[in-house]
Amino acid sequence: MTASALTTTPPRSTATRRPAISPRRAGWIRRAPLMPALIFLIIVTQLPFIATLVISFLRWNALDPGDRGWAGFANYKEVFTDSRLRESVITTIVLTVSVVLISLALGLGIALLLDRKFFGRGLVRTLMIAPFLIVPVAAALLFKHGIYNPVYGLFNGTLTGIWHTFGSQNPPQPDILTIHPKIAVEAELIWQWTPFMMLILLAGLQSRDGEVMEAAHVDGAGNWQMFRYITLPHMRRYLELSALLGTIFIIANFDSVFTITSGGLGTANLPYTIYETFYASHDYGLASAQGVVVVVGSLIIATFALRVVSSLFEEEVGR
Amino acid sequence: MTHAVPVTTRRPRRSYKTAGLGLAAWVIGVVFFIPVAWMVLTSFHSESNAGTNPPKIGAPLTVDGYRDFFGSSTGASPWPSLFNSLGASVGSTLIVLALAVPAAYALSIKPVRKWTDVMFFFLSTKMLPPVAGLLPIYLFAKNTDFLDNVWLLVILYTSMNLPIAVWMMRSFLAEVPPAIMEAAAIDGAGLLNILRKIIVPIAMPGIAATSLICFIFSWNEMLFARVLTGVVSQTAPVFLTGFVTSQGLFLAKVCAAATIISLPVLVAGFAAQDKLVQGLSLGAVK
Repeated sequence: MTASALTTTPPRSTATRRPAISPRRAGWIRRAPLMPALIFLIIVTQLPFIATLVISFLRWNALDPGDRGWAGFANYKEVFTDSRLRESVITTIVLTVSVVLISLALGLGIALLLDRKFFGRGLVRTLMIAPFLIVPVAAALLFKHGIYNPVYGLFNGTLTGIWHTFGSQNPPQPDILTIHPKIAVEAELIWQWTPFMMLILLAGLQSRDGEVMEAAHVDGAGNWQMFRYITLPHMRRYLELSALLGTIFIIANFDSVFTITSGGLGTANLPYTIYETFYASHDYGLASAQGVVVVVGSLIIATFALRVVSSLFEEEVGR
Repeated sequence: MTHAVPVTTRRPRRSYKTAGLGLAAWVIGVVFFIPVAWMVLTSFHSESNAGTNPPKIGAPLTVDGYRDFFGSSTGASPWPSLFNSLGASVGSTLIVLALAVPAAYALSIKPVRKWTDVMFFFLSTKMLPPVAGLLPIYLFAKNTDFLDNVWLLVILYTSMNLPIAVWMMRSFLAEVPPAIMEAAAIDGAGLLNILRKIIVPIAMPGIAATSLICFIFSWNEMLFARVLTGVVSQTAPVFLTGFVTSQGLFLAKVCAAATIISLPVLVAGFAAQDKLVQGLSLGAVK
């Protein structure tokens, strides 16, 4: 593929030129295959946001259908003065950052282990992938009832088992969901997303240039030096890619919060809060204003994120 | 967690370290797998043996949990919701492919002007939280009698997965060497022939990876399904959440349900691990 900058003309030129077609028509022929996807996506994703924007300026509660009208910025005022929403902004940030960073670090460590040859490597990789392949609601239910439950969960059950083994009759039986609800949700998400990070990072590790590694080894580079000067620079794009994709999915997480804590005990993130305003309080105007604020916030994050992707993308295009 | 790791002791110096790291990998892999194993094991226990403290690992196995899940005692059969999930996932995946493959063609093989901008537009829609568009979609569905209709989910899942699919398919189609395309065009090969002989063979692995990812994400989705479906078009994840509220012992039953509902994803993901990686990285890893 010819190396080309992102902004310049398309990298390929057609060899055959049919002078009969005007450039304008040729442009539309090129665009035609793209149009269905583009139009579909604009209709299904952009129109609802416009509607959300409009509704956010309305006084509209489904429980009070008679009282419907123009609200001006009243909903927005409520959004910014409502402590519940401010809390859920912070919860969303804490949840996303902690889950992404911890699963990224764990994923990298495990990927480095799996990059070596050892007995049963394929099987260990398969075991590692399993958490990501459990349907998120099922995983959340499993953690809530099967593991965290203070009476019959596996966690306390294991504690009892260990304590009994050593002859003690009073094992600690913490109620994790009440004491550390946030950590409980985070741990479940980390369990699900570490395999995701690991898979992408392992593929990155395996795409290192063997000859370069060999040459560095011959030249006497130590393990740490090889990691620091060859592996890490090579892995940068894979780390960024997995962090970005992980963020996209975890920031919008609804299933775990909904299932494990139902948003209680300070675990309500933005998606859950909006869902509740709309689904439980039926305050359509307020829910929409919350939605608009979230979209604006996401757009700010997305602008940074897209810059990251675009640097990755340039590397790929220039390959 | 007792996995014996056979170690070759012929190379004395490095072998301890190698064995240690291999053992560490095994331990971590097993730890991550324990919840899954626990779920499957519990699903085969009787309810009275499932919720015990300390856990009864060696309790006799039974398929009562599965029998309960499939409705012999509760009455509500999971089959409609499983078929709804299947329909919504397969249907949306097919439409995604029908839209994404031509779009990817127009973004790689014969790229439109400013094709990178188009790519970023596609990705940017993925960064907006779906919950922000939920209310208008709900109101639209309510006013057009589309509520509780699987087709609504098909459309929404298509839009949810289309950006991912376009990115993946583009990265696969970008692998088609332009020189071959030009040579074929000069030799007088028609578009159909070029498609069939050059593009499809290169695109096939990409289509497989894209389908797998789209299927998994649609199958897993719960927020839209929960708000927009009711009795008729309820999907499996929604059915699963409704399953818990029943009183009494339910751990074995829930574990059986969770196992059954995760089974299609587990099987597909295990069978196509390399496709899974390609798909999850939007085609950046091949």
